[in-house]
Amino acid sequence: MAKTLIPFGPQHPVLPEPLHLKLVMEDEIVVEAIPALGYIHRGLEGLATRRDFNQMVYVVERVCGICSCIHAMCYCQAIEGLMGLKVPPRAQYLRVIWSELHRMHSHLLWLGLFADGFGFESLFMALWRVRERIMDINEATAGNRVIISTNIVGGVRTDINTGYLQEILRTLKTVEAELKPLYDTMMNDYTVKLRTVGKGVLTKEQAWQLGAGGPTLRGSGWAHDMRTLGYEAFHELDFEPVVETDGDAYARTKVRFREVFQSIDLVRQAIAKLPDGILAVPVKGNPTGEITTRVEQPRGELFYYVYCNGTPNPERVRIRTPTFANIPPLLAMLPGVELADVPVIVLSIDPCISCTER
Amino acid sequence: MFEAQDITLEAVHTTAQKMMHDGWRFVTQTAVDRGEEGMQLLYHYDRDEEMQHFRLKFQKGDVIPSISDVYFAALLVENENRDLLGLTYQGLVLDFNRTLYLEEAGDPMQAPFCKISTFTKMESEG
Repeated sequence: MAKTLIPFGPQHPVLPEPLHLKLVMEDEIVVEAIPALGYIHRGLEGLATRRDFNQMVYVVERVCGICSCIHAMCYCQAIEGLMGLKVPPRAQYLRVIWSELHRMHSHLLWLGLFADGFGFESLFMALWRVRERIMDINEATAGNRVIISTNIVGGVRTDINTGYLQEILRTLKTVEAELKPLYDTMMNDYTVKLRTVGKGVLTKEQAWQLGAGGPTLRGSGWAHDMRTLGYEAFHELDFEPVVETDGDAYARTKVRFREVFQSIDLVRQAIAKLPDGILAVPVKGNPTGEITTRVEQPRGELFYYVYCNGTPNPERVRIRTPTFANIPPLLAMLPGVELADVPVIVLSIDPCISCTER
Repeated sequence: MFEAQDITLEAVHTTAQKMMHDGWRFVTQTAVDRGEEGMQLLYHYDRDEEMQHFRLKFQKGDVIPSISDVYFAALLVENENRDLLGLTYQGLVLDFNRTLYLEEAGDPMQAPFCKISTFTKMESEG
């Protein structure tokens, strides 16, 4: 049968960012998918060598807006590790609170986009309306909705007062109540299942061998969550990785939706245990040596390698983002699927191209 | 603290095969330009949430065996290293020929991350 090459993206209704896939088709079936990147490469790793290590906190936040706080946290952990800095307990808990708020609003953003991707617009609007409550918390606590810039090397730059912590708990109660019926709709609706169950299957073995991360890996049966490493205050909180075993778009959706509830629980635990104390330790001198750090972003494992030579400018900052890891598994999911299912499957890895290209 | 086991160019591929066989997941590669010390390529693997790192020391212009035939996940980072650091890989399963990010395949020494240093030997006095 003759093969046809169909371009998917870089501009496509379901893609919030430019990803281009060259789809080799036989009739309506995908035979091969070849990625083409480079539309938003900004050279941020190169910028690291020209910026002070403190300035780089604000640069890495701009690798990806939607999980900016977690990029900054991972980078700060690397510099703090090189300089032997011990982050105060209150700052560790505050980092957990803001990073879990980020996970919530990132997952809710994706769940809405995903619903919109298969035409369920009322669900999209309902999910984004709930998400606004999380954005309001970010704005009230940090002064901004998305790029909140709360992390600094040695701790955090701002506090959350006791009165507003109670307001966060009240908001989370509302969010939880509003999300439960939406969870039932998204996970039990006949048309949603028709579009997601059995689509883009990634077996457990494939997910590991292809280096998948985050919900893409956990949706294929792996209890692999970097938060279990116990960084910041996670070692004092009670949680288990959310795992589903079917490895399809439905399983990945379920992992993310369940993780929103898990994040609500983690924020509640963190607020309940939040200790008093200072927000940051003083930073003296320049970092020296090399280190790797890993944290769990909404999309999966975020990896930083930092090499410093004792000057204010890092010699090398290497950032491996979760979508960078999840593109090879995506290329394995697509052969054999119908063209109509490609948008849903591409979206199911929650692609972040700003992260991927940096 | 960060520790990496040194490997040679000849051992890159067999090491990857062994790691795959032993159930390690490929995390990524990191290319580092150490200036006069030469280039380094770090291979990062993960199993049971523990990491293992390997360090390959080489000179610019050396041909590095691709591990993308063992770990398909390596194809993006190896193509990225071709674009940004001018590295050359042999055996890439999908070779973008320095056009993963860049629009045109160019001279590897003009890669954005590729540092070019010029040293002038000072004549000794007397």
